[in-house]
Amino acid sequence: MMPFNYARARDPADAVRLAAGRTEARFLGGGTNLVDLMRESVEVPKTLIDVTELSQEITARDDGSLLIGAGVKNTTIAADRRVRERFPLLARAILSGASGQIRNMATVGGNIMQRTRCYYFYDESARCNKRTPGAGCDAIDGFNRIHAILGASPACVATHPSDMCVALAALDASVHTVSATGHRTLKLADLHRLPGDTPHIETELAPGELITAVGIPPCSFATRSVYRKVRDRASYAFALVSVAAALDLTDNGTVRDVRIALGGVAHKPWRAEKAEAALRGGQATEASFQLAADAELKEARGLRHNAFKIELARRTLVACLAELSRRDEK
Amino acid sequence: MSVSHKSVGFQARKSTAGVAGGKPDAEHPVGEPLARVDGPLKVRGKARFAAEFALENLTYAALSYSTIAKGRIASINADEAKAAPGVLLVLTHENVSRLSPPPLFPEGAAGSTLPVMQDASIHWNGEPVALVIAESQEQADRAARLIRVTYEPEIAAIEFETVRAKAKAPKNILGEPTCIAIGDAEAALAQAPVRIDNIYRTPRHNHCAIELHALTAAWEGDALTVHDSTQMVHLTQKTLAKVFGVAEQKVRVLAPFVGGAFGNKSIWNHQILAIAAARMVGRPVRLVLSREGVFRETGGRTLTEQRVALGANADGTLAALIHTGIAGMTAHNDCPEQFTFPARHLYAAQTFLLSQKVAELNIVANTFMRAPGEAVGTFALECAMDELAEALNLDPIELRRLLEPDKDPVSGLPFSQRSLIEAYRRGAERFGWQNRSPVPGARSEGEWLIGQGVATATYPYHRFPGGVAKIRLSADGQATVQMGVHEMGMGTATVQAQYAAELLALPVECVTFEYGDSSLPSGVVAGGSCQSASIIAAVNAACEALFDELLKLVGHKSPLTGLIRTDVEAYRGGIRHRRDTDRFQSYVAILNQAGKDVLECEAPASEPSEAKRYSMHSYGAQFCEVRVNTVTGETRVSRWLASFDTGRILNARTAASQFRGGIIMGIGLALTEETFFDERTGRIMNPSLAEYHVPVHLDVPQIEVMWNGSPDPQSPYGVRGIGEIGITGAGAAIANAIYNATGRRIRELPITLDRLL
Amino acid sequence: MHFNVNGRDHEVEPDSRTSLLDLLREHLRLTGTKKGCDQGACGACTVLVDGVRINSCLALAVQYQDRAITTVEGLEADSGLHALQQAFIAHDGFQCGYCTPGQVCSAIGMAKELERGIPSALTEDLCAMSMAWTRDEIRERMSGNLCRCGAYNGIVTAIETTFAGESAR
Repeated sequence: MMPFNYARARDPADAVRLAAGRTEARFLGGGTNLVDLMRESVEVPKTLIDVTELSQEITARDDGSLLIGAGVKNTTIAADRRVRERFPLLARAILSGASGQIRNMATVGGNIMQRTRCYYFYDESARCNKRTPGAGCDAIDGFNRIHAILGASPACVATHPSDMCVALAALDASVHTVSATGHRTLKLADLHRLPGDTPHIETELAPGELITAVGIPPCSFATRSVYRKVRDRASYAFALVSVAAALDLTDNGTVRDVRIALGGVAHKPWRAEKAEAALRGGQATEASFQLAADAELKEARGLRHNAFKIELARRTLVACLAELSRRDEK
Repeated sequence: MSVSHKSVGFQARKSTAGVAGGKPDAEHPVGEPLARVDGPLKVRGKARFAAEFALENLTYAALSYSTIAKGRIASINADEAKAAPGVLLVLTHENVSRLSPPPLFPEGAAGSTLPVMQDASIHWNGEPVALVIAESQEQADRAARLIRVTYEPEIAAIEFETVRAKAKAPKNILGEPTCIAIGDAEAALAQAPVRIDNIYRTPRHNHCAIELHALTAAWEGDALTVHDSTQMVHLTQKTLAKVFGVAEQKVRVLAPFVGGAFGNKSIWNHQILAIAAARMVGRPVRLVLSREGVFRETGGRTLTEQRVALGANADGTLAALIHTGIAGMTAHNDCPEQFTFPARHLYAAQTFLLSQKVAELNIVANTFMRAPGEAVGTFALECAMDELAEALNLDPIELRRLLEPDKDPVSGLPFSQRSLIEAYRRGAERFGWQNRSPVPGARSEGEWLIGQGVATATYPYHRFPGGVAKIRLSADGQATVQMGVHEMGMGTATVQAQYAAELLALPVECVTFEYGDSSLPSGVVAGGSCQSASIIAAVNAACEALFDELLKLVGHKSPLTGLIRTDVEAYRGGIRHRRDTDRFQSYVAILNQAGKDVLECEAPASEPSEAKRYSMHSYGAQFCEVRVNTVTGETRVSRWLASFDTGRILNARTAASQFRGGIIMGIGLALTEETFFDERTGRIMNPSLAEYHVPVHLDVPQIEVMWNGSPDPQSPYGVRGIGEIGITGAGAAIANAIYNATGRRIRELPITLDRLL
Repeated sequence: MHFNVNGRDHEVEPDSRTSLLDLLREHLRLTGTKKGCDQGACGACTVLVDGVRINSCLALAVQYQDRAITTVEGLEADSGLHALQQAFIAHDGFQCGYCTPGQVCSAIGMAKELERGIPSALTEDLCAMSMAWTRDEIRERMSGNLCRCGAYNGIVTAIETTFAGESAR
């Protein structure tokens, strides 16, 4: 690890002040990803601004929405009764991630900002366009079992590893930030970028812009939701594919509304808008679920080791929707 | 220096808490489920491992690794590293002292005979190219990243497809013949009415002991003391003496606790470099490998490609048994992954072709990993047996019964003791095998298909030569047994205290077993499941010497006067005449009468010639149930029962844990474990416990183990060793259960979900 | 900097890069907490901070000033071993003993989480007011602690016998 200055921010404005003009500063949450990457020399910040103590509240509004402070620990969210009752898929997504210990350390802001698990991103001897723009990508022809099938580019096939963000994407969550230029709010689904030619630019956040909270708008049918994670061992592994879904059915079995997001398949939590559009207004049947999955995955492309993910995502999505539709039967 | 280098020894304390099977037997401690003698230290975090010895003036080391697989270092720029805060030394091939190449196992402890950093040449991707010594770990780690190396790469042999064609038969396979051909197996196969002929592939594995390789080393003049995480203290002592050109008695190696080893904790480059650096800086050095370092610099299990072909007669007997294949290896080690060994002893057949080759690669030297050869060899052989049983429309256990040999099928030697079929019978009954449907896909529950599988476990008996034990009997009625052997979790200290207590007829609380120190009498490596038998043989010899001495001491007025060893036996803290049992005197009385506080006797174990006269192996039957998800292809192991025939069991509690531990590593082998080796660069790409998937709690069901405990009449005290057999057959049992669940034969490990989609 | 470990105060000036794990092991010579990967992937370094289990290898020491840190060395009471430590011995919940302090600390933190009603990925009814002490729940919740020797069965039994009975009372 390179030596760095450590500063604890008193409040978000202080954090922004401390970061101002320091391009090699990083905000430090639980450290569960950043400290690991610093040890690997993938991240070499000169200043760490500790924001762990900031923004600790989960605020519920009567309309059913929630505002979760960026410093709230993952465990705290999953333990929160309002989250469990209103947005069970979020609690389940968080509980599927990492280990109990890591969930006790990891913050909401840090979870959103965590970086890919691509083997070549981690290995300083490999070519990686994230670490060194323009260097090339050794993953495309290397071990790419855990890599993207949607939205990848010739420059980068990495995936975003978060479980929590997949549920948040499905829930239309927004991200509140503060920076030297003021406060702003953007949709979580728009926060992370696809790699394109600039995979080193992973989010829309400007340098020094701090996440302060995540807002979840009301979603009455999120009570009928699922988060299903498929991985290489029973627990404590990153997703090969995950599905966050909520389904709202009318009494006659028509899809009134639906939310779907996929994890482990792209450079960002993947909101499955095509699948949602295919389902809305139609009958909830095995066949319509298949068509919806096909619609979403039509553009999916496999590499040497990860092509199975296309079929896995299709099957998992269909099974999740089928389960939700059965659960809804009275 | 403020360190005491006392050997660790343990007195057994009887704990009845939670012991299955009731009260310990005071007269016969062997076999009792005694709680581990080192348990209180371990659960309190007080067991001190190699990196945990505090020395004054300690320095910290970190390694820098090559990023090419073969070639030469063109330049090393260490200026920035040397100038970094706290840095005391940057050791490279340019300034390292002359070091002799380390001798290879079994002459030494090294995993490879390659000289360590003696010139600019690079032999594998991940070879250490520099070592930094600094005042703190943080400073050393940082400086190691500042070293800039440029290379002149050469074409490396890293692609298995390419080197396979050049695979060659080694002179021998760990001293056994490379090729065994009995009759014309290929011809017999061609004519057999039922044939199975398939290729099985197993990937590279890493041991992943949770304790990182570590040492704390200090020179005082030309004397060297090393706390090393090793499973071979004496071979390490010998190796370091040779490498550094000092007398063996000047080197002391201590390893009272080792945090898992599984074959991986021997001598690699890091110890040699750290010790060389300690001599240069004139201060003690601590080096703890990073987890990445463990993958880059220490060897794992190599990959194999195996062919098993079985030709069966109409009655199910074997006309041909063919097991051949290739394992990857380097030119500088001798670890051919003896996967054809199980087929040499398990089944009767009219003809055999058992032969294996090695393909040379530029890789970190592969090494022994829990049941080397047998773990992956039984995967291929036992999957093939399952396939044959199906082709013959026979129950797989019935097939084994048909193929049970009456003597070793290859050597013709008599079996010392073999109850494989009985192990199957007992296991099948307990598991409820008769309820299994032989038809794949017959059972399901929701999304999950349920299947059951079975496979034979087998591991050879080994007793390594060279062991010496010392027994010290004191006038207070305590005995101490000393031998430079190892406790990496197997329960050595506990079971050997039990054994010595039984042998000396002392309460187990009165016996201390000391180990893990090269200053003790010469031990054996903790490998090949050899320790129990090897230690017992030496302790028996020491005990005979002790009895000889005691009988010399008794004088003229003792009830034992005039008796010789063969007349007497140990009885309740003393010695009595075998027939005239009233003639008794306690050890305490004998020593007191002779005016002695202590009596010490040391003796070497007898030559291990029993395995030359008998075919000596352990056996078992692995039964498991798996659930395979029809949506995702995920496999979960839901039940396990293993029935073993492994000789006498010394401690029911620690033995059960050894068996379970092997089986769990077998679950990893079957389902999740693979070291990703990038064949473009020779680089290991998942050097991490996050991306190399060993089984976690949730992957592991309750594992039931049972054993017959039948003593082997040819081995010391009837024991055969149990550390490795648990992993054997486990991969095949799971693969066979997956077939029973899904109808899919997967012949390549690990059976990840994509193979079942 | 001020650190409170097992009820004792320490003044240390570690490097800003020093992890809580290295602070404990190298500066305070509390070597009961183990380093198994330094990657947050094995759980051997688990300690309790204000009663909550974390991986000390991923924790920068500077972040944990003035917090109540409990390591395996701090679990024993005057009366002797913690009941869970005794249960680990009784049920052979270890072999080499290296992951053991982490397993023990993790289980103590986990028990509190379960008793506080925090669900796990396996919990069927997320809204249940109390969580069940099943072996599967223990296995899921302990999955962040690897044991390569494979003492998992014994560990689960030790935890079950120590805590399951307690919560039933």
